[in-house]
Amino acid sequence: MELSEAKRITEALLFSSSNPLSLDQIKEVIEEIRPSQIKVLIDELNVEYDQTGRSFRIIEIAGGYQSCTRPEYAIWVKRLYKKRRGQKLSMPALETLAIIGYRQPATKGDIEFIRGVNVDGVLRTLLEKGLVKIKGRKEGIGRPIIYVTTRRFLEYFGLTSLSELPELEKANVAGSKIELGSEEVKQEPAEMNLEGGIKE
Amino acid sequence: MVYKVKLKIFEGPLDLLLYLIKKDEIDVCNIRIFEITEQYLEYLNLMQLLDLDIAGEFLVMAATLMHIKSRMLLPPEEQEELEEDEGDPRAELVQKLLEYQRFKQAAGRLENMEEKRAEIFGRMPSLIEADNEDDNESFEANLFDLISAFSKVLSGVSKQTFHEIIVDEFSVEEQMNRILEHFQMRSQAYFRELFGNMMNKLEMICTFLALLELIREKKLMVRQPESFGEILLIKMESN
Repeated sequence: MELSEAKRITEALLFSSSNPLSLDQIKEVIEEIRPSQIKVLIDELNVEYDQTGRSFRIIEIAGGYQSCTRPEYAIWVKRLYKKRRGQKLSMPALETLAIIGYRQPATKGDIEFIRGVNVDGVLRTLLEKGLVKIKGRKEGIGRPIIYVTTRRFLEYFGLTSLSELPELEKANVAGSKIELGSEEVKQEPAEMNLEGGIKE
Repeated sequence: MVYKVKLKIFEGPLDLLLYLIKKDEIDVCNIRIFEITEQYLEYLNLMQLLDLDIAGEFLVMAATLMHIKSRMLLPPEEQEELEEDEGDPRAELVQKLLEYQRFKQAAGRLENMEEKRAEIFGRMPSLIEADNEDDNESFEANLFDLISAFSKVLSGVSKQTFHEIIVDEFSVEEQMNRILEHFQMRSQAYFRELFGNMMNKLEMICTFLALLELIREKKLMVRQPESFGEILLIKMESN
C-alpha cells in the first residue's frame, strides 16, 4: 500500500471516531503498516492542516489520537452545542480527583484524611461520570475499596498519560520537624462560645 | 425586600482554616492557635446565624483547636510530663494543613486544565448507536416486582450457617458505588446479575437498599420486558 493512501485512511479513521484511537487500533485496520509509521503519518497530516490553515488538528490524548477543533474556534462551536459540555466539576470533586490522581490507588479513608470531610457523595458523582473506578479492595483491616482514575479522566483533562500530571508541590516529609513560630501565651484565655457551635 | 448575604462556602474545616490563615497573611507554620481558634468559632457562629448547615467535621475541628489551645496554655514543665516527646501541640494540625494545601493547589491546576480542554471539540458519539437501544418494548417494574425478585435471590442463599459473625463490612453507600461501577461500561444489566455469587445476607440486603436508593435518585430505571420475567436495570443518562 502506498503510504499516501495509508495517510488518507488514518485521516478517515480519526475523522470518524468519537474516541481517541491508539496507534495499535489504527494498525489493526490498515494491517500492513507499523505503528511508528502511523505516528509519522499523523505528524504529516498535522503539518498539512497547519499549512492549509484548517480549523482542526489531531491531538494526542489518553494514550491515543483524536481529530479535534482548534481552541480558537471554541466560541463558535460552543454556540452550536450549547449543552454539549455539561457543568464544570465542583471544587470538592476536583480536590478528590487530585488526591486519587496523585495517590492512586486511594481509599475513601485516604481522601477523607487529607480533605477532612466526608466524601461519599463526591465519590459517587465521580464514579457516575466515569472519572474514577473501583479497582478492588485493599488487603488489611476492613479491606477498604480502592479507587483509581480512568481513561476518561485523562481525556477529560487533556492528558496523554498519568505521568503528564503537573508535579505536586514538595511534601513535608512526614516525621520531619516543621519549624513552628513561637506563640505568646496569653494569661487570660480568650472568651469562647462553645454552645454557639453546637445546635440541638 | 430580601437581602442576600454572600458567604464563601468552605469545602471543609481545613479549607476554612487555610482561608483564615491566609486572610491574616500568616505563614501556615506560624499559625497562632489563640487567634485562629477565636476566628474559627466566630465563623461557626456566623454560619449558624445564617442558618447554614454545619457539618459535623466543622465541630470536630473546633474541639481539636480548643484542645491544642488548652495544651499550649500549660506551663512548659507540665507539658513535658504530659506528652514526653510529642513536641509542639500544633505540629499535627500544621502538617495536615500543609498536606491539604498541596492537594488544593493541585486541584486548582486540574481546574485550569479542565478549562483549556473545554476549548477543544472532538466528534460526538454517533446517533446510530444510541438509536439501536430503544427498540424493545417493556414496562416499568414496580416495587413489588423488585421485592419478589429480591426474595427469589435471597432464597438461593443456603440457610446452613454454623455461626454468624457480624462484620460491618458492607454499607449501602459502598454498594451504591459498586452498582454504579457495574454500570460504567454498560447501560443495562439484569437484576440477578447484581447479586452474582453473593453468599452474605447482609451484603445482599445492602445491595438491594442501594439499588432502591439509586432508583429513587433516578440514576437507574427498572424494566420488566414481560410479566413475571427477569427484571432489567437500565442506566439513566445524567444530564
